[in-house]
This record gives sequence, structure tokens and C-alpha cells, in this order.
Amino acid sequence: MRKLYRYIREYKKECVLAPAFKLLEALMDLIVPLVVAGIINRGIAQADFGQVIRYFILLVVLAAAGMLFSFTAQFFAAKASVGFATNLRQALFDHIQGLSFGALDAVGTDTLITRMTSDVNQVQNGVNLALRLLLRSPFIVFGAMIMAFTVDVPGAMVFAVAIPILCLVVFGIMLASIPIFSRVQSSLDKLTGITRENLTGVRVIRAFGREADETAEFDARNGQLTALNEFVGRLSALMNPATYVIVNIAAIVLIRQGALRVNLGVLRQGDVVALYNYMAQIIVELIKMASLIITINKSLACGRRIRDILEVEPGMSFPGETAPARPSGTGGTFSSGDNASPGGNASPGGNKEAPAVSFDHVFFSYAGSGDDAVEDICFTAGRGETVGIIGGTGSGKSTIVNLIARFYDADRGQVALDGIPIAEYPKSELNRRIGTVPQKAVLFAGTIRDNLKLGNEAATDEELWEALDTAQAGEVVKGKEGGLDAAVEQNGRNFSGGQRQRLTIARALAKHPEILILDDSASALDMVTDRKLRQALQKDTSGMTVFIVSQRTSSVRDADHILVLDDGKLAGDAPHDVLMRECPVYQEIYYSQYPEEKYKEKKREVTA
Amino acid sequence: MSTATLRKVLAVIGRYRLLLALSIAMSAVSVVLQLYVPVLFGEAVDGIIGRGNVDFALVAGCLRRILILVIAGAAVSFAMNLINNRLAYHTVRDIRARAIRRIQELPLSYLDSHSAGDIVQRVIADTDQISDGLLLGFTQLFAGVVTIAVTLMFMFSRDIAITLAVIILTPVSFLVARFIASRSFAMFRKQTTTRGELTALINEMVGNVKVVKAFGYEKRASLRFAEINEKLRGYSREAVFYSSLTNPSTRAVNNVIYALVALIGAARIIGGGLTVGGLTVLLSYASQYMKPFNDISSVVTELQNTLACAARVFELIEAEPQSPDPEEELVPGGGEIDIRGVDFSYDKTHELIKDFNFHAEPGMAVAIVGPTGCGKTTLINLLMRFYDVDRGSISVDGQEIGTVSRGSLRKNYGMVLQETWLKEGTVRENIAFGRPEATEEEIIEAAKKAHSWEFIRRLPDRLDTFITDESLSQGQKQLLCITRVMLLLPPMLILDEATSSIDTRTELQIQEAFRTLMEGRTSFVVAHRLSTIRNADRILVMRDGKIEEQGDHESLIEKGGFYAELYNAQFNEAV
Repeated sequence: MRKLYRYIREYKKECVLAPAFKLLEALMDLIVPLVVAGIINRGIAQADFGQVIRYFILLVVLAAAGMLFSFTAQFFAAKASVGFATNLRQALFDHIQGLSFGALDAVGTDTLITRMTSDVNQVQNGVNLALRLLLRSPFIVFGAMIMAFTVDVPGAMVFAVAIPILCLVVFGIMLASIPIFSRVQSSLDKLTGITRENLTGVRVIRAFGREADETAEFDARNGQLTALNEFVGRLSALMNPATYVIVNIAAIVLIRQGALRVNLGVLRQGDVVALYNYMAQIIVELIKMASLIITINKSLACGRRIRDILEVEPGMSFPGETAPARPSGTGGTFSSGDNASPGGNASPGGNKEAPAVSFDHVFFSYAGSGDDAVEDICFTAGRGETVGIIGGTGSGKSTIVNLIARFYDADRGQVALDGIPIAEYPKSELNRRIGTVPQKAVLFAGTIRDNLKLGNEAATDEELWEALDTAQAGEVVKGKEGGLDAAVEQNGRNFSGGQRQRLTIARALAKHPEILILDDSASALDMVTDRKLRQALQKDTSGMTVFIVSQRTSSVRDADHILVLDDGKLAGDAPHDVLMRECPVYQEIYYSQYPEEKYKEKKREVTA
Repeated sequence: MSTATLRKVLAVIGRYRLLLALSIAMSAVSVVLQLYVPVLFGEAVDGIIGRGNVDFALVAGCLRRILILVIAGAAVSFAMNLINNRLAYHTVRDIRARAIRRIQELPLSYLDSHSAGDIVQRVIADTDQISDGLLLGFTQLFAGVVTIAVTLMFMFSRDIAITLAVIILTPVSFLVARFIASRSFAMFRKQTTTRGELTALINEMVGNVKVVKAFGYEKRASLRFAEINEKLRGYSREAVFYSSLTNPSTRAVNNVIYALVALIGAARIIGGGLTVGGLTVLLSYASQYMKPFNDISSVVTELQNTLACAARVFELIEAEPQSPDPEEELVPGGGEIDIRGVDFSYDKTHELIKDFNFHAEPGMAVAIVGPTGCGKTTLINLLMRFYDVDRGSISVDGQEIGTVSRGSLRKNYGMVLQETWLKEGTVRENIAFGRPEATEEEIIEAAKKAHSWEFIRRLPDRLDTFITDESLSQGQKQLLCITRVMLLLPPMLILDEATSSIDTRTELQIQEAFRTLMEGRTSFVVAHRLSTIRNADRILVMRDGKIEEQGDHESLIEKGGFYAELYNAQFNEAV
């Protein structure tokens, strides 16, 4: 938890003051039985009504002071806990933004969102309660005992015996329940899961006639949850009756002893009442503490989960923005571009002779999967070239482009831009050079303009329109009321899939990247638009190195050369015509899409 | 409306009415016992007057009685707790069991028009709320009322003036609580709105963090986040602070009442109208007096919310189920399908399919063609009888599908939907979904035929690998869905863009597998690629939910209609 401590450090003062004022309030509560004893022993016993009035005023003052102390405590607690949660949320957000793709894959975005929302709120609640109540209850319990000692030592001994027994019962029951509570939770999650499954899969379930089986499975889980709930309920049901019996037995002993001592004249009637009142205070506080500890325990669990996220290493480091162009000791594999400098905008070029992108025996596997996603990939892409990448699902197409953008680092081998190893580029430089259009066309809530400027804040409207026209998205924007200022709803749901894809292409173009990566980004476009898009790209992006990942041969056939991937290995690297002659994998793909061509081909062979 | 809901909830509890009655009776007994104990303590204190003036017989008698009452009270309240648990959890279980059964019987039109999240909420959270809010609330309400009545009775029996004072002052505490609540409400609303804004931003920026990173947007995202986060800091602090004032305030009011009881009590004792023991009893009542009121008021506030939840649950479990299933089973034949004069629309005010006629001979391959969103799934909905036709008839092998059980009809179709759905479970469970008794050999055989074996073989536990929605790629999921059908080999097939999200190489293999599968089977294929449907015996061209044209490839091309237009778009591309 030390990791989380730094986010509350600026509220150190509040964290001390909140419990301190709470203790002052508790102190007021502890004085009350003594005042009542005073009323009985002095006011009533001596029939002195003036004395009673003075004690009454004291009681009212205690009530008022208690309230003020408590208000102060609540203020500090609110300030500290909310402040802590705010800092934590920001830190978490920034940390997540800094994680590498590999780290993000390992954690999963759904988990991250839960951590940032409900978990942080739970922690805020826990800190708030802890500051206010965690010290208060033990203070009252032990304070009551100490006050009892000031009243009568033998009477107080009853407290000394009763309190440990009470603690044992209360905390014993609680500790026994906590692990069961978490089982209840996971059992409930399972029930929720199967309910959802029955709804999302309703067509399949009905098509296969599995309604009865699904119901039976639901019933089994439902029964399991009920049994667990009842079990933990039985434990909790014990808490109140057990403590009630213990406290009252202690009170019986107290009164009995008190009777003897009053008879001896050591104690007065009011003192016995005071001791009895202290006993009553203890039980209320112990029950409060038990429920408090359950809440705090939940918050601690949330806190630990948040800490785990904060402890995830970013997983990738970049040289600083002003890093020297040629860090020494980065391994001896480096071979070309001696005087090149990747750092800063001053010398963006690198080696002008070197290819824009080169892969040198690159191997990569995703964390958690044993198999290599790509194996021994070697290729080069010259400046201004258009390179197609084609292959089956899981053949490694996306992996290649992910490596070009350094979303992941190669396990072995070298990826280089302009002849310089990619790891030597500062992050901002890579960002500037590479424009990516991801597979999933995601737009953010805001305006179209906000979205297009995501990668290039300084882009002018003219540049945006240029990018839109190239991406065949000009009509889309013109068709919306407000043009560039038209609203984009969350996830871009007010645009069709094809419209979103074209806008994400324009978004990447607006950066004026040197390398443009289209990762299966035209899949939702109809054939005609797809072709227009490729023609426009060819025309408007001279000098830009373009990678087109696709499953359709039509999308890559005009490329300067095409990388054909087969199960992570490079099965071909040549223009369309050459591949059609020499690469069986490519032919297979092509004919699967144009069976009639195969037929013509055969006819041609026959006639030839 | 809410009384009707209440009556329904009571009907559900009806099964347990004996337990409920027992619980209420025990609650009354335990409250009386617990409240009587302080009275006895007070009497004991009255026996302890001063030096040499202690009535030991009286004290001992009181203490003995206290011991018995305490143990009896604890036993009764323990038993009552157990009964309440049983009542609450079993009611929830029963409601959920009814809900899932109803879900299985609801027409697709209901399920399509309600989001899954909403229905899950009803089955899980709303149902919990019924047990918490209504059942436990009810027992708490009852105990609260009994407590107040008995307390007042005991207090009046001790001292009328003090009791009246307490009754008059009690509302002050409520007023204070209400005053604070109205103040904090505005802050809470601001907090909720801002938190919503922040959550939306988190969903976007964290949900799509890879895009954020790819565009170097991290810093700007962080600034945007910080802005809302800081706003939330302010509102939250106020909301948390104001709402936490309620407890100290009401406690302070309570303390003042306590002081007044002490004052008046002392005066009465001096005047001779009350004993010290009597005052002890009154004080102990005064300090706990607010608790039942607070319990009751929280139950009452919760009640409205609970009734709303109950209404939502009942809306689900009492929704109109689909028409009862005929006993008759479909007798599978060759797979001849006859559609006659069918009218259908989802929204009965907008005409969709009108007088649709179609005949498929056994073994015929029918391609359904059209742009995305043209309503190709409508046809599937009708064929599988997920929806009923408004007019006309659909017959399979001469039997009208409305006259046979849905299960027997659907069993004769093998369906692969565009949206792949898999169960959370093992690969084996998923493949054997339609035939749980299938042997290992049969499963592997089907997987090999559907080309899913290649990747299953590489999974850590092969067929026993536990899969979730995220653990497989789209293509792999699709392959599993195909394997699921491959194991069954039903006489008719419905393939809804089954191959669209599989890469082309696998697609080729799948096409081959499908060809074997489709051999001799009547099949409806929805596909993007016109080349794959050129071989179909019959083509249905759809647009805007309607059936635009039907015929075979040559005649449709000749016709020069919508199909020709679609076909040419691709044909030009290929050459």
C-alpha cells in the first residue's frame, strides 16, 4: 500500500486532523455517563436542583461541542479522501496512457476501466470512513474501560474481561465471513455471466434446442449462490445475539458487584449507573466497528488491485527527446547509417540511401502464447513505395505493422527506419513519422475536427479537407450539418462503419506521416470506394511509404511489392504479377476470391 | 400500480407465508424481551440505594430474571435471523428461476427490443433489491413499529411528562436530517453528472488507449482528464462533506433530548415522582429511541425504489411468452421449402415484406444477396421461426412450420450466424453444443472437416481449453461455430455471412467444407462476395428489407436490375 501512500501525502495534515477531531467528539460522549452519575450522586442524592441544572447545561454543551468537533472531522475527512481519490485517478490514467501495447494486452482494457471507476470510488469511500471511524470506535471501547477504572477498579475489571471476549466473537465471526463473501461475489458473477449468455446467445441456443440445458445450468448456479448466501447469513445471524448475551452477562456481574460495594459504602448509586452506561456504549461501538472493517477490507482489496496496475511496468522505454543520436552500447547488430541521427526534428533524415523500413531476421511472439507470431521476417521498403501485406488470419500481418510502429519490440532481429534501429527514436519522433489506421475504426466523442486533429494539433482546415478528400471522406463530412464542426458521438456511433473507416484514414493522413499504415482499414468499404481510395492515395501521397494490410488481393495488387505471409513466415515478397507466377500461397488466395479467373486461366492454358 | 406490484411480491412470498408469520411473531417477542431488560436493570438499581441500604434479595431476583430473558431473547432473535435469511434468499432464488424460464419462452421480438444489460439488471440487481428492500425492509419496519410502541408503553409507565417531552422533541431530529439532505442533494446531482462525464472519457480514452498512443495523444488526453477530474474533486468534496453532516446533527439533537430527560427526571426524583432506577430506564430508552425511527424512515425511502425494481422484474417475468408450441414434431424429409404469400414487418405500421412467394426444391442452394443492412437476417428470422409471419405460410416438406414444435423445426436447420456466439466453457462443450453426447472421435472429425482442428490442436488443453469471448480471434470463433454445425449435419442450412470475417485462405478451405456439407442439403447462404454465390441454384436479391428480385445468375444479369448493378461493381474490379 506504500505505493498508494504518495497520493494522499499532500493531505497529511487532514489525515491527522480528521481522526483527532473525531476523538475529541468521542471524548464528549465518554464524559456523558460521568455527568449523569454526578446528577444522581450530587444533584438527586442531595436534592440540589441548582446542581442538576448546572449538569444539564454541561450535557448540552457537550452535545454542541461534539457536533462541532464532528463537523470539523467530517470536513477534513472529505477533503483528504476525495483529494486522494482524485490524485489516484489522475495517476492511474496517466500510468495507463504510458503502458506499452504488450502490457495493455496483458491487463485488458475492461479491467483498467473498472479500476479507474468503481475501484477508485470504493477506495475513496474506505479512506473517508477509516479517517472518521477507524480510531473512534476503539477509542470509545478502551476509553469506556479507562473511564470505568476511574469510577471503580473492581467494576472495571469486568470490562477488562468482557472486552477481549467481545472482540473475539465480533472479529472471529467477521474474519470467518470475509472469505465466504468473496466466494459469494464470484458465485454471483457466474450467475450474471450465464444470464447474459442466455440473452446474447438466444438465437443459437434456440437453434440448437438447448433451452432446457441452459435453464438447468442456471438453476445449478442459482442454487449454489443461494446455499452460499445462506451459509454466510448464518454466521452473521450469530453476531447480534452472541454479543447481546455477553454484554448483558457482564452487566449482570457489574450490578451484582456494584450492589456489594455500594453496601460497603465504597461506591454510590450513580457510579453503578455510570458503569452500566459505559457497558452499553461499548457494544454499540463494537458492532459499528465490525461493519466498518468489512467496508475497509473491501476498499483495501480495491486498493491492492489499483496498486497492481500502478506496478505494471510501462514495458518499453524510449530515448529522451534530446537523446544523443547514437547511443553507444545498443548491441553490435547495427550496421548501416553511420552518421544518421534519429533524434529531434533537426535531422530527420537518417541515411538517405537506407530503405525507409527494413526488417532483419525479425522474430516476435505475443506474451502468453508460446508460438512465434512472426518468424524470421526479412524485407525492405523503399521511400515512397506502396507495400501490400496479405495472408490468413493469424498469419502475422498486423504483427508486422505493429512492429513498424514500435507498438511492440521484436524478440530477436532488428526493425530499422531509415537504417536506424527503431528503438533509438524518441517517441515523439516515431509519432510524427508514422500514421496508423488501426483495424478497429474508433472515433472519439467531440467534433469531426477534434478527431482529425488527434495526431496533429496544428493542422489547418485546408490540410484537414485535403486529408478528407484523399480518404474519400469529403462527402461524408459535407453531408453532416456543421461540416468539420459536426458532432461525433461516443465511439462514432452516428457514423456507419465505412464512414468511420474513411475518417480514421483521414485522421492518419492529417499528420502528414512519412510512413502510412493501413491495417485492413478498408474492409467496410464497397469495392468502388476502396478502389478510388487507393487511387487517391497513390496520387496524393507521393514520397509517403504506404503499407496496406488486407485480406483482399484487389486491395494490394497495385502495390509495388506484396509481402505474403503464411503462418508467421514470409512466403513471398514481389509484385502481383510475379507472385501470380511464383507464389502458390498467393495464387491460392487470389483464386479463392476470383474463381472465374482460375477458370479463364485454365482455358488459356488449354488454348496455349 | 405500486399496490398491484406489492400484491405480486406478496404472492411470490406466499409460498413461505408460514415462515413469514413465524418471523413476525419472533420479531415481536424478541423486541419485547430486549426492551424489558432495561426495566429490570432499573429495578435492580433501585435496590442499590447506599451504604448498608442494599436489597440483595431484590437485586438477585432481578438479575436472575435478566439472565433468563437475555438468553431467551438471544435465542429468539437468532432463530428469527435464520428465518429471515431463508425467506430472503429463497424468494430471490425463486424469482430468478422464474425469470430464466420466462426468458427461454419470450418471443425474439421482446429480446431484440430490450438490451441484454437491461434484462440482466432485472434478473440480478433488481431481484436482490426486492429481497433487501421489501422482505428485510418489511421485517425491519415491523420491528421498528413494535419497538416504538413498546418503548412508549414502558416509558409512559415510568413517567408521563418525560415521555411526552421526548415525543414532542423527536421531530426536530427529522427536520434537521431533511434540511441537510436537501442541501446535499444539489451537490450530489452535480457530482453524479460530472462523474458520468469522467466515466465517458475513461471509457473512450482507456478503452481505446492503443489509438491514443498511436497518435501521441496521451498528454492532451491527460489534460482533458485532469480538467474534469478537478471539477469532480470540488463537487465530490462538497457532496461527501454535506452528506456526512446528517449523523452528527441528529446525534446532537438526540443528545440534547437525553440531557432534557436527565434534567426533568432529576427534578421528578427530587419531587418524589420517580426513582433513580426509573431514570436509568428512561435514559437508556432515550439514547436508543431514535434508532427505530431511523430504521423506519430508511425503509420507507427505500420502499419506493424497491417497488420500482419489483415492477421491472415483474414486467419481465410476466411478459407475454411466445405462442404455445404445438405437440406435433416436424418429420424431416428432403428439405423442400415452400413460402407462400408471406407478409411480414417488425413494426406493424411499416410494411416490409409483402406477398413473398418462393419455392426451394430439396438440396437447392439459395443465395441471399444485398448490401449491408438490407434485412437479410429477416429471412432467417422467418425460416427459423424466430418471428412469426403476419400472413401467408412457410412449409417444410409439406408441413406448415406453425403447426410443428419450434424445437423440431430448428433441429433440422444448421445455422451459422454473422455474430459468432460461443458459450463460456471448453472447446468441447461448444462444439458438442447441439449434441452433448457426441464422442471424442466425432468431435475431432467434425473439427477436422471444418478446419478448426488446426488451431484447436495448438491450444494448451486442446478440446478441454476453457474459452471466453476474448480468448479467440474472430476467425477462430467463426470456425468453431461452423464446427458446431458440422457435427450435426442437419438436412437444411442457414449460413449468414459465415465466411465474411474469416481470412481468404481459411475461407477457401471453409468453402470446400461447406460444399461437402451443402451437398444434398437445402441451404440458404448470405454472403458478401458475389463470386461465391454464382453457383447458387437460386438467388434472392434484397434491398431495404424487401425482396427485390429472385432468379438464377444468368437471368438476373440479363434482367439488368439491382443484382446486375451489384455484380458489375465487383466484376469490373476483378479485371
